[in-house]
Amino acid sequence: MSQPFPADYLAPDSASPASSEVSAWGLLRLRQQLEQGLPLAPRPYLALAERTGLTEQEVISAITQWQEQGLIKRFGLVVKHRTLGYTANAMVVWNIPDEQVQALGKSMAGVPFITLCYQRPRRLPDWPYNLFCMIHGTNRERVLAQLEGLIADHNLQHIRHSVLFSNKAYRQRGGRYVSHD
Amino acid sequence: MRLDHTDQQLINHFQRHLPVCERPYLEMSRQLGISEQEVIERLQSLQSRDVVGRVGPVFEHSQAGASLLAAVAAPDDQMDMVAARINRAPGVNHNYAREHAYNLWFVMTAPDNELLEEHLDELEQELKLPMLRLPMVEGYHIDLGFDIDWDALS
Repeated sequence: MSQPFPADYLAPDSASPASSEVSAWGLLRLRQQLEQGLPLAPRPYLALAERTGLTEQEVISAITQWQEQGLIKRFGLVVKHRTLGYTANAMVVWNIPDEQVQALGKSMAGVPFITLCYQRPRRLPDWPYNLFCMIHGTNRERVLAQLEGLIADHNLQHIRHSVLFSNKAYRQRGGRYVSHD
Repeated sequence: MRLDHTDQQLINHFQRHLPVCERPYLEMSRQLGISEQEVIERLQSLQSRDVVGRVGPVFEHSQAGASLLAAVAAPDDQMDMVAARINRAPGVNHNYAREHAYNLWFVMTAPDNELLEEHLDELEQELKLPMLRLPMVEGYHIDLGFDIDWDALS
């Protein structure tokens, strides 16, 4: 780890987990360490404490507080689906009228086989699509059948869309917002 | 890849809510009925087999810093080379080939938007390829911790 970012790169409200004495510097170091993953040793939080100059209890408090604040939205095993056999992964993109995109996005978000769903801007003329959803599947035919069902259920027959299967992962890892490459 | 029952249980139980206490792997081992050492060894093995990328936090991107989905249209016979160049740019954490004229899709992160745009500008100049920049407008569902369908994989 080389030069740190200034402390104000920490998320808002995240600067004071355990007590005001916990250093912003130590917390930034902790975030950098956590972006690499938890050490696989009997006391991983103690190992992180030794690397960041915090105490084990401060590390535990900071992580707990970041979970409560929503900075950490999930804490656990991060599975690489492609290795497991999820090799038919489709990004389906739609050109939805602006006034309908939010309602449709929320509705698609509840569909069990949709793993990601978000709105992004169009970039005309090259890219007319504003709603994205991802289907992680093990079999291309099954994913396409699920897509047919989605179109029928949401009356999307006349909506322009495109299906972008991924056929290779050149990189897949966690976001490193405060670490250097 | 086929996993044994205990590895499957480890994934089923701990894609979220990993214990945050002094001996988290001991806590997990009690739930699974195996030893703490076995939990650690299995996690090491899952990581070395690239089934698990890491154990730890997934940060909420909107709070953690800046990130953006981008795509470039690379000539078919240069995809590997262009993908390697993209991976050398700072903060690229996802990079996939997809079936479309825009055939390389990647996510770049940075501490803030200004740096992110700078890094993308540099990459675009280096690649000299059309690039789409697609920031998130609104996320409706973003969670890759879904239950694994072991039957479909077997």
